[in-house]
Amino acid sequence: MDFLFALLGATLRISTPILLAALGETLIERAGILNLGIEGTMVLSAFCGFVVAHLSGSLWLGLVAAILTGILLCSLMGLLSVTLNLNQHVAGLGITLLASGLALFSFRLVYGGSSTPPSLDHSFPQLAIFKGTVLEPLFSQYGITYVALLLVPLLGWLLQNTAFGLRLRSVGENPEAADIAGLNVYWVRYQALIVGGALMGLAGAFLSLAQLGAFTHGVVNGRGWVAIAIVIFGNWQPSKVLYGALLFGFLQALQLRLQAQGIPLPYEALLALPYIITIVILALAGRNASYPAALLKPYRREGA
Amino acid sequence: MPLPYISLKNLCKRFGSLTANENVSLELYSGEVLALLGENGAGKTTLTKMLYGIYQPDDGEIFLAGSPVRFRSPADAIRGGVGFVSQHFSLVPSFTVAENIVLGREGAAILYKEALNNKVKQAAERFGLKLEPSALVRDLSVGEQQRVEILKALYRNCQLLILDEPTAVLTPQDVEKLFATLRHLQNQGLSVIIITHKLDEAMAISQRVAVLRLGKLVGVEATKKTSARELARLMVGRDTVPVTKNLEHDAEKTVALSAKNLTVKDKRGLTTLKEVSLELHKGEVLGIAGVAGNGQTELVDVLTGMREPESGSLSLNGKTLTLGNARAFEMAGVGRIPEDRLKGVVGDLSVAENLTLEHIPQFTQRGHLKTGAMTQEAERLISAFQIKAKATDKARTLSGGNIQKIILARTLSRNPSVVIAAQPTRGLDIGATTFVHEQLLAQKDRGAGVLLLSEDLDEILRLSDRILVMYGGSIVGNFLAHEANVETLGLVMAGSKHVSA
Repeated sequence: MDFLFALLGATLRISTPILLAALGETLIERAGILNLGIEGTMVLSAFCGFVVAHLSGSLWLGLVAAILTGILLCSLMGLLSVTLNLNQHVAGLGITLLASGLALFSFRLVYGGSSTPPSLDHSFPQLAIFKGTVLEPLFSQYGITYVALLLVPLLGWLLQNTAFGLRLRSVGENPEAADIAGLNVYWVRYQALIVGGALMGLAGAFLSLAQLGAFTHGVVNGRGWVAIAIVIFGNWQPSKVLYGALLFGFLQALQLRLQAQGIPLPYEALLALPYIITIVILALAGRNASYPAALLKPYRREGA
Repeated sequence: MPLPYISLKNLCKRFGSLTANENVSLELYSGEVLALLGENGAGKTTLTKMLYGIYQPDDGEIFLAGSPVRFRSPADAIRGGVGFVSQHFSLVPSFTVAENIVLGREGAAILYKEALNNKVKQAAERFGLKLEPSALVRDLSVGEQQRVEILKALYRNCQLLILDEPTAVLTPQDVEKLFATLRHLQNQGLSVIIITHKLDEAMAISQRVAVLRLGKLVGVEATKKTSARELARLMVGRDTVPVTKNLEHDAEKTVALSAKNLTVKDKRGLTTLKEVSLELHKGEVLGIAGVAGNGQTELVDVLTGMREPESGSLSLNGKTLTLGNARAFEMAGVGRIPEDRLKGVVGDLSVAENLTLEHIPQFTQRGHLKTGAMTQEAERLISAFQIKAKATDKARTLSGGNIQKIILARTLSRNPSVVIAAQPTRGLDIGATTFVHEQLLAQKDRGAGVLLLSEDLDEILRLSDRILVMYGGSIVGNFLAHEANVETLGLVMAGSKHVSA
């Protein structure tokens, strides 16, 4: 029992940054933008959060810095793909290259090439609920994890039951209809990018300010790309995105434990396991995916 | 005389070197229906898009109740009381009717579905439009979608409703319903601009008719004091003579193309073509009527080898065709006039290249193109089919009519045994339409079988010897052309079963 709850607890922890990033990407894609800048946005957010927290001594300032970084980079995505109508693939990959490079370069500038990488004296603590019960190992999580879990129903409700959600979905399904209905398509898309960017920033902050308490070269390690796959797996619905993130987190937690148990398999195979299963599931689920109809399509009013 | 609700003074709009509207001045009064008449490309849609803030005029002014206004976006126009129903509906298919209608005017940050549905239902009843607010738009018929568009505009309290070619996609019965709705709204004080190129519709619904030709306003007439003939002359700039078909070939009964039990399923597994069988005789025009989306596209795809059906068989002049092999179909003598003519040419290739594209082996020697022979062939077809272009022009620079002539030339110059023509005159002006009709009738006189699929019932009735009607993927009606009329065809097209000629 203890083993199971510890495994599930690790699942929640590992799922958190992927869930947050995937929720952010979900909002942005529902507005019609594929944001491939997600990976770089997470890296630079993790870095900025770390630097601010490290230099100021305040984790909360670091958290704010990470979120602002996410918003800023997604606004840049908006400038390139919404305002300037550039190809979304190129703009997104460009942002990932730029942001990842900028993070590593700035890290070198601030900390030099020191052999012992700096770390925070304190990172965000884990908050245990159900203390002393059998559930404690499952619910000893960082605050951000609880926030991420609460965001799932909140965003689902936001998309389906608010004017903001309706407008956001309309520009992702048929921007021309939204325009003719009198909406400012660009502004609605920027709003989606800003909210989504904040979530991606939070995902980065979770890695550097909570889970690791440090910033390293591979801090994000492809989680952004996994998040994009999970958005498709989750059919652009927050609740299903949660299942996808949990599944990936569970496989990751499982393979870590299998490695520790000394299973007679090469550890590289175990490391690859979550990714392989993600690809297989995606190949199966992706065939029935109902993409937002205007995904990848820049909007420009005809004749303008 | 009361103040006009809206007036246009010397509106001009240019796209590059093309002048779409030149010095158009027009007034519209409250409670008036104005028909805006003109051929394709006359500038009707451009003019109304300026009224809705989609385009900005290059010159001229718009006055709303006497004071000048500038609509920089649809949002501005909506505030000015203008509503617009575009030709291609701007609805979100995955949204409900209510969601589409309140979009941008939700009234509160949090949406309560029940309350929204009730509000929309009330609005629908007030304006006399039958709609189910909780239905998904993608499940609605075209007529219902149009009602959603109209209610969307009315929900924004529009005083002026602009309808761009609203009848193009409707059955004659739905047109009647639409006109009844418009009369009802007009009695409530609404002004309406209805764009059309059908004269009888303009005569039936409007109090005044404004006619545009080549971007200029050539006449504004009180409907009661004018005639369809007079309007046609204004529209085209000369008297028009429709083509007449040769009735003599009706007797020949040799089967050219025979289709048996063709069935097609779409990606979702829904049957879009159900056990369709038909026989196309030599020397006849067989018309296929139907509202768009009732299996015509799938039928054309199967008959031209562009798609392999789930089941069924096809034979041409007694020989079985290998299904789904477009090349083999073309070689066997199936001529194809595709529904989307822009997909029938390669825009960045020259006219000469497009004209020879389907017969490239003839113009090739050891892998090299014989450009001389290609140009020669192109020159011959350009003059035979009156294509207004040089052999070296890129196809995408041509007008729709000239692109259609390229396709006709390429296909018909091969003397195919059958011609499958899908919507061959959609979007063409009167001159080009007449040319296409003449060419199709010439094929019939030559002894070819012509299958004509069209949403334009007048065209079907004018050219066909026999008429089949498609509904829900099946052939539901079979008429001899001289026994059919618009009303009976319209009923069958709408799925009504108890009609026969």
